[in-house]
Amino acid sequence: MSKWLNPRSAFGITLIAVALLGLPFVAAMGGQAWVRILDFAILYVFLALGLNIVVGYAGLLDLGYIAFYAVGAYTWALLASPHFGLHLPIWVILPIGAALACIAGVLLGSPTLKLRGDYLAIVTLGFGEIVRIFMNNLNAPVNITNGPQGITLIDPVAFGDFKFSGNTQLFGLTLSGPMKYYYLLVALAILVVIINLRLQNSRIGRAWQAIREDEIAAKAVGINTRNIKLLAFAMGASFGGIAGGVFAAMQGFVSPESFSLMESIMILAMVVLGGMGHIPGVILGAVLLSILPEALRYGVGPIQMALFGKMMVDPESLRMLVFGLALVLVMRFKPAGLWPSPERKRELSEKRTEGKA
Amino acid sequence: MDIFLQQIVNGLVQGSIYALVALGYTMVYGIMGLINFAHGEVVMIGTLVTITVAGSLINAGMPVALAGMAGLGASMLICMALGWGLERIAYRPLRNAPRLTPLITAIGMSIVLQNLAMMIWGRNYLTFPPLLPKVNFELAGAHFTAIQVFIVVVSGATMAGLLALIYRTKLGMAMRATAQNPAVASLMGVNINRVIAAAFVIGSALGALAGVMVGTYYEIAHYQMGFMLGLKAFTAAVLGGIGNLAGAMLGGVLLGIIEALGAGYIGDLTGGFLGSHYQDIFAFIVLIVVLMFKPSGLFGEKTGDRA
Repeated sequence: MSKWLNPRSAFGITLIAVALLGLPFVAAMGGQAWVRILDFAILYVFLALGLNIVVGYAGLLDLGYIAFYAVGAYTWALLASPHFGLHLPIWVILPIGAALACIAGVLLGSPTLKLRGDYLAIVTLGFGEIVRIFMNNLNAPVNITNGPQGITLIDPVAFGDFKFSGNTQLFGLTLSGPMKYYYLLVALAILVVIINLRLQNSRIGRAWQAIREDEIAAKAVGINTRNIKLLAFAMGASFGGIAGGVFAAMQGFVSPESFSLMESIMILAMVVLGGMGHIPGVILGAVLLSILPEALRYGVGPIQMALFGKMMVDPESLRMLVFGLALVLVMRFKPAGLWPSPERKRELSEKRTEGKA
Repeated sequence: MDIFLQQIVNGLVQGSIYALVALGYTMVYGIMGLINFAHGEVVMIGTLVTITVAGSLINAGMPVALAGMAGLGASMLICMALGWGLERIAYRPLRNAPRLTPLITAIGMSIVLQNLAMMIWGRNYLTFPPLLPKVNFELAGAHFTAIQVFIVVVSGATMAGLLALIYRTKLGMAMRATAQNPAVASLMGVNINRVIAAAFVIGSALGALAGVMVGTYYEIAHYQMGFMLGLKAFTAAVLGGIGNLAGAMLGGVLLGIIEALGAGYIGDLTGGFLGSHYQDIFAFIVLIVVLMFKPSGLFGEKTGDRA
């Protein structure tokens, strides 16, 4: 821990802290929409770090991660909205959401323990779809999820009388709803970064990495691969559940549409594009991939107007086209991700020199 | 009993389409170990190209059968070029990359193709021109149309042809050798690049054919149709044991039949609690159950440690 105390890293941390604190005020100059984009970027950092435990550390390819996010979001929506007339406090809902997501994680994990690689990927994908289809259809005969219409008027996050929606005056500054959520999300994200960091070099973290590299060898040296793999699923899922709860509260609205397979894939893309298993890389990937489509949304139209004087193509499809191309190009030139961990980079270059097909 | 037979017929038709698409996934996977997520979009483009070509030829006064053939030919050619291009541009540079890298590339290409299709053909549902006459048959209480017969017969014949190609020709032998061990195959004089490109081209041609079938069967098409179709077909490939050709065919047909039966009976089975809109769940539940007992699919060989 001594490296935290040396003046250079202390200075770096202060700089990052100041930047994180000031960022929403800079974004607010461009309108509250940008603050909301920042909120989502941080939310995706949280999600991506949760998935990083499953994919990056334990090497279990999970294409249904959004299911846990959905479980958390719907837990919050059902326990804190007029839909059932329940308005429980955050101290009750968030743990319930995390616990339910954790159970869902174990439920998904236990039948799939024997599966490897791509078989696991398709089963998790199927699981995600099952959850989404249930959310979509559980409005009859008993209306639980309100079907495709979703649930509205969800309570915001509130600690006692302090609500996270609406404006608040604090030390002479006006804090808008999205800005308050931003600070909440940053606090949560810092927490999950610390947990990820501590896990990385813990006994559990090393067991995950051993399983990732060679499951049979890991078993042979006495790692209980079953429990350790379930633990990865459960932990990743709990983070998904918490993120889902905050998402529901922040949006005030949930519907099955937010939990499509494409979302799972996006989060996976964040992890891989940033640099699997490497925390700064995953954060970078999440921030880039969540902000890029939004930046393109604002950029593509005006740039076309400037270049051609008229809209050549529908900006909405052009922006996704550019996004897809960006994914392809980054992977083409940075196959290990934008910011891979040093060990992984070394492994990759060794593999190259071996000339393995 | 009537419902049962009817659903078997419907499932067989849907399953044949799944099987054709699944072959594209499984061939690429068997040789490269890559899930080509963009394959569903190739199928979608096959359908949309046929709509444009066949539709405009019919409007120009060409006989329907001829226009249909032209549409099929055009879409197969375009899809083959597309498959070849995908491999060349997106996947070949990544042969030695970490395992998940080409997966993300595939997703990126899928997004690109979908949005290109939206730019070209628009956001709306398109009507597929009627290429086959609407004739109904009845056999043992089950109704079926000429289109359904056409789909099952043509896909059966195509699959037989593919098996002959893989097991009877030199190219097929090279493909099987590459699937077993690319390094050794290349030492034996197999041109790996050509074999992989061939797998993509053949898979895309089958995808185009499947796309035309989907179009004639459902009579509508949309730029997003490839996603779910691709997903189901991939599920079918995994169900049969990915990398195994016969497995993909049987997996596809099985998946189609299970889905159809599930949709037909789920209401009765659950006392009306769950309706037929849970149809999509069946595919995945069956998949999970099968993989619990046969972790490498119904016909898959025990795979090595690829994870």
